[in-house]
Amino acid sequence: MSEPVAQITDLAVSFATDQGSVRAVDGVSLQVAPGEVLAVVGESGSGKTVTAKTLLGLLPETATARGAVVLTSPQGVRTDVVQVSAARMRQLRGTEVAMVFQEPSTVLNPVYTVGWQIAESVRAHERISRRAARSRAVEALRQVGIPDPEERVDHYPHQFSGGQKQRVVIAMALVLGPDLIVADEPTTALDVTVQAEILDLLRRLRDETGTAIVLITHNMGVVADLADRVAVMYQGRLVEQAPVTELFADPQAEYTRALLGSVPRLGEGRVRAEARAAGRPDGWAESAPVVSATDLTITYPGRFRRPGFTAVDQVSLSIRPGEVLGLVGESGSGKTTIARAIAGLQPVSDGSLRVFGTEMRGARGKALAGVRPRLGFVFQDPAASFNPLLTIAECVAEPLVVHGRARSPEAARGRVDELLEAVQLPRSYGSRYPHELSGGQRQRASLARALALDPELLVADEPTSALDVSVQARVLELFAELQAELGFACLFVSHDLAVVDLLADRIAVLYRGRLVEEGPGSEVLDQPRDAYTRRLLASLPVPDPELQAERREALRSL
Amino acid sequence: MSVPISSVGTAGAAPEHLGGRWAWLRRAPVVRQVRQSVGLQRGMLLAGIGLTTAFVLLAALAPLLAPYGPSQRSDAAGSFGTQQPPSAEHWFGTTVGGYDVLSRVIWGAQTAVLVVVVAVAASLVIGVLLGLVSGYFGGWLDRVLVLVADAIYAFPSLLLAILLAIVISGGQSSMWGGILAAALSITVVFIPQYFRVVRSEVVRVKSEAFVDAARVLGTPHRRIMTRHVLRNSVRTLPLIVTLNASEAILTLAGLGFLGFGIEPTAAAEWGYDLQRAVADVTSGIWWTAMFPGLAIVIAAMGMTLMGESLNDLADPRLRSRTASAEVAGDVAETSVQADTTKEDER
Repeated sequence: MSEPVAQITDLAVSFATDQGSVRAVDGVSLQVAPGEVLAVVGESGSGKTVTAKTLLGLLPETATARGAVVLTSPQGVRTDVVQVSAARMRQLRGTEVAMVFQEPSTVLNPVYTVGWQIAESVRAHERISRRAARSRAVEALRQVGIPDPEERVDHYPHQFSGGQKQRVVIAMALVLGPDLIVADEPTTALDVTVQAEILDLLRRLRDETGTAIVLITHNMGVVADLADRVAVMYQGRLVEQAPVTELFADPQAEYTRALLGSVPRLGEGRVRAEARAAGRPDGWAESAPVVSATDLTITYPGRFRRPGFTAVDQVSLSIRPGEVLGLVGESGSGKTTIARAIAGLQPVSDGSLRVFGTEMRGARGKALAGVRPRLGFVFQDPAASFNPLLTIAECVAEPLVVHGRARSPEAARGRVDELLEAVQLPRSYGSRYPHELSGGQRQRASLARALALDPELLVADEPTSALDVSVQARVLELFAELQAELGFACLFVSHDLAVVDLLADRIAVLYRGRLVEEGPGSEVLDQPRDAYTRRLLASLPVPDPELQAERREALRSL
Repeated sequence: MSVPISSVGTAGAAPEHLGGRWAWLRRAPVVRQVRQSVGLQRGMLLAGIGLTTAFVLLAALAPLLAPYGPSQRSDAAGSFGTQQPPSAEHWFGTTVGGYDVLSRVIWGAQTAVLVVVVAVAASLVIGVLLGLVSGYFGGWLDRVLVLVADAIYAFPSLLLAILLAIVISGGQSSMWGGILAAALSITVVFIPQYFRVVRSEVVRVKSEAFVDAARVLGTPHRRIMTRHVLRNSVRTLPLIVTLNASEAILTLAGLGFLGFGIEPTAAAEWGYDLQRAVADVTSGIWWTAMFPGLAIVIAAMGMTLMGESLNDLADPRLRSRTASAEVAGDVAETSVQADTTKEDER
């Protein structure tokens, strides 16, 4: 084995915070061989991003690092990043080690053309003419598969789509030919079909240029798709390190096994859905639906005589009592808009949307009053959906007080304790403030609040997308248990087919505001009729390297 | 799907509000910031707090501290005499009008504090109320109010204050009449500031998920506004209040200097004294101008130091921290194993 491009030895990093020092990374040793893809996985707070940022010397001022992080250039020059001066570090960035960030739209400066931005990183290191720098930028754009690079080089970031922006960011990282690229969750902000393209690009670049890649991710499917070797981090420590096939086939550490076990896989929820279907009383199919939409259309008004944007286009669907409908689609497909319209947060423009028989189109305060207590809503971001100044108990009591079931939050405390117990939170957590709970705990409290009035319909808008995979598994399980117990109907919105499949009786697939396919999970997932559903299914990376390689081939032939 | 990992993310940090007898004291607004600060920021904050406290104490204890009344020109020993240099009887000398400078400076603190309190309280109440309603409901009311606020901004604030001082007091000069006139003219200048700050916060908070959560429940507007929006929108106000307080002192002094403040027979006012001292300076009489001037500078500086450092401390990006020299601290718990969680929950 040739000399590693990067060698981390016994790295420890701590941060000065208002609560004193906190250790983020503790005794991590890693090495990256030339041309290798090393995936660093772990939940949020496990120290994976801090470890990767140390490679570029990008730690904030409040951080203190110990240990050695040695980068070796092809000429054999070694530099210890922890000790090196700021000026030398600047030379290294871009030429030896480069970074691809998570959110491409915030990395690019909106007031400069992408060509200028790529050329800027060249001119920061080499004294070359504007013209030469520009041709380097065109070359880099061509390399990452942007069509018509000569023309696109003069475009501004907003003229590119999300996936193309990420390609531009990768081009910026590549333009100086670094030996190592650190990619921090490069596909997390992207849709699953675009993610597959970006992963393909990274793989191709590694093969063509021989650049080593450190891939930071929490998505085990992405790991299975791209990585050669995997390092698993947990609470600042390295718990396991193994080649990718070995890790997935035979995980050694307890934590790795648990992590792999909590990744949702397609087809897992089928048994439960079938059991539910069997348990339904006769005549259920004819019972009045809780939600029925007919040609539902929702448009956002345009500005200055420009036509409005149609977010939801003639969608017809229905949810019967006790049924879980999974709504899947990419960002911008209109799935959240539908959820908000059902809750009365978004006006309906055309068609009809009936919730509990009440027409939501044009409905105002009074008309909605009958709907509201029968409906619960779980929001996407558990951190933002609680008033930070109220305790959890006060937040959960809010629906009871508003609808007159209790006179004050204190009077509702008995019911609140019951609810907290139902979502498996200790009673004592009621007197805590939202920021004192973890993401998963907050989302459970959010579920408790949504269930406070015993709703007949629960609308869940991406309830687990902000959570780590291990937490997500726990919340989803709780969700399924409560649904079975209380029997509420549910609209479950998600971008993740595997998550939806876990819970839903029926799955509806949205694409650009249109409903392209709808049916029971077994039908939609096994015999997808629509081309988009097929592509969506094939793009979903599975946490199994060999199976994923097959699926990759299948996707390519689509 | 059963896995040994159960609860998770960053497990709640130890709740601050649960323990300790003096916990409430440590969380009290200014005390908390002092504990949080280090180095120069702490020095600035402490200096600001010290000066402000001294200023307020001086005002409160004026009747005890001042050797003479604010409009007293003679005592048992006879008239003070005009433009007397500092002496044992008159530490800061006397003015051209025959007043004792030391007493005027001390009584002036009282006037200043009263004006600041009335001005800030009035503009706070009106500005916050308008900002809340305007930001929450939007529409034409919002547009009109923003327009009016912008228009007031466009006026030179002192000119506006002068105009109002004339309108309100109509030239009369009782102590409370003068104080109210000065305070209210300052209020009009400040209302747009509170209005805009609160309005922009309300507009931001209005789109937060927890307000949506309240709307889904069908919570009445009044309850959403008071319980969810208002309390989350006023966090920056204490900072503006301290900064405005110093501005109020300067505006009051400006009004007094231009002759629109309070008559010397009604109450002591630094700006007025300063104006009367202008002629003295050229003839080498320094004490009549220096002491009221110093009082204005110190009072305004104390408030500004306090406001600025509170402002810096409130922003994590501006707050300085002591960096640890060595890697230290514990790894924060990011995930909890199922068995230990169960115990916690019992």
